[in-house]
Amino acid sequence: MGKRNFLIFAVFSLCILALPLLLRESYLLHVFVFIGINTMLAVALNLLLGYAGQISLGHGALFGLGAYLSAILTTKYAINPWMAMVIAGTIVSSLSFLIGFPILKLKGHYLAMATLGFGIILYILFNETVEWTGGPSGLPGIPCLKIGNLAFDHDLANFYLVWIFALVTMMGSLNLNHSRIGRALRAISDSEVAARILGVEAWPLKVKIFTVSAFISSLAGSLYAHTMTFIAPASFGFNFSVEILTMVVVGGLGSVYGSFWGAAILTLLPEWLRVFQDLDIIIYGILLILIMMFMPQGLAGLLSVKKRGP
Amino acid sequence: MLKIENVSKHFGGITALDHVSLEIQEGTITGIIGPNGAGKTTLFNIITGLYPQDGGDIYLQDRKISALPPEKLVRLGIVRTFQNLELFGRMTALENVMVGLHAKSSSGLFSCAFGFPRQRKEEAFMRERAYEWLKFTGLADLALREAMSLPLGQGRLLEIARGLATEPKIILMDEPAAGLNTRETLNLAELIRKIKAMGITVVLVEHDMELIMEVCDHIGVLHLGRKLAEGSPREIQDNPAVINAYLGEQ
Repeated sequence: MGKRNFLIFAVFSLCILALPLLLRESYLLHVFVFIGINTMLAVALNLLLGYAGQISLGHGALFGLGAYLSAILTTKYAINPWMAMVIAGTIVSSLSFLIGFPILKLKGHYLAMATLGFGIILYILFNETVEWTGGPSGLPGIPCLKIGNLAFDHDLANFYLVWIFALVTMMGSLNLNHSRIGRALRAISDSEVAARILGVEAWPLKVKIFTVSAFISSLAGSLYAHTMTFIAPASFGFNFSVEILTMVVVGGLGSVYGSFWGAAILTLLPEWLRVFQDLDIIIYGILLILIMMFMPQGLAGLLSVKKRGP
Repeated sequence: MLKIENVSKHFGGITALDHVSLEIQEGTITGIIGPNGAGKTTLFNIITGLYPQDGGDIYLQDRKISALPPEKLVRLGIVRTFQNLELFGRMTALENVMVGLHAKSSSGLFSCAFGFPRQRKEEAFMRERAYEWLKFTGLADLALREAMSLPLGQGRLLEIARGLATEPKIILMDEPAAGLNTRETLNLAELIRKIKAMGITVVLVEHDMELIMEVCDHIGVLHLGRKLAEGSPREIQDNPAVINAYLGEQ
């Protein structure tokens, strides 16, 4: 990151971390815990979709797998939640690494189908392995994370917990964008053939970024499980995978701040639209269509200054 | 330097290349010409590892490189440009060249994500090198322009700059002059000679005969997937079989 970009990020981080002063102990603070988790997910998917141009419709399930592993390890095996988070991340990323090799040979719609299938299999497992997951009725009583005497069991603490993870994820992603690996990923997205001709090992690199993306999603899942203390399969279905995808696209493909705006808008909109009662889902849909019609670059396109000449 | 031995390629029932052999001498500029559909681009695609051949072998300095993928070949010193530009459109010209330095650099994903000091140093070095290649090809002023917004002529130069950044032993250019005006073609000829002077072997597929005759030391002619003739520009110009292939039976 250059000095200017670092400054922008520092100001952004301070604004985020100062939010609780403004929001106090309100419901919005609670919503912002979700926004932090969703930001992690959007940034993770953006690594794959926005940078490398590879679609995934299975990120909701990877998020769920992280959450369930954390939940099962802590409730059934009494493992320390921090430790559970690490183990869950390791399992989810190892699994993604293994699955990534065959499926990232696929392109476009075929890759979408493969990741969709992968997601659906996991979703069925969440529902059917009742002994482990509690099935459709969910898994309650997940312990919260603790550091010494500080328990992350209320909104204010959860806000800082989640946002420290989210900001580190954003920073890593920003750094990556303007680096050797980030350029290689963007090169794959623009012309895989040319990237390979110039020495980019496209396939292994795609698998690597998929693995990293899965790891971040798993961390987000663990954070979700330990802050909510209850999880159920409904949160990790195909709909949620599409919602993460929508966050990335609405925010602006390839933009880290865009991923944040996408996550924020898509998390806040349903809250704001609640006053319209039954019409909320229709208005939600129309707003998304309008955003994509008039801002094909996403929200990030609005905020960035165009460098292109006349 | 580069030896093509009996290479054949079929697409379904069509024979794109039929036992083509060609030897490219180190430090020369070799032209490969032929009417449309002669198999020139197919040959390039096979040499650079984009297609597997159905028969025959390719050797780089006596090392068999037949089945190697492009990302391995570039590390052995083979790079190419594309007839239909394959630039990274949403990246700047400078970034395009920096991708050419990928194989010459080594920072991993984590040092890139966390900006370790060694990675920062390498990044600065890559930026500097990339600028040098842009200067070499006359694109330094356009370094921060999005590649997509470059006119065709400069786009082609950028493809060459990007290829040179890989520090190749041999560069294959697929119709670098297509769509260029006379002045741009002259500049291109100049650049190709400068590349040769650096000790890099150049192979050109081209339709622009003036360019071919002017810069090439050696020419191979393909026609309907076969090698029709081979020789110096003079010999090729006087070869009746070549004249027939281009103009039809007289």
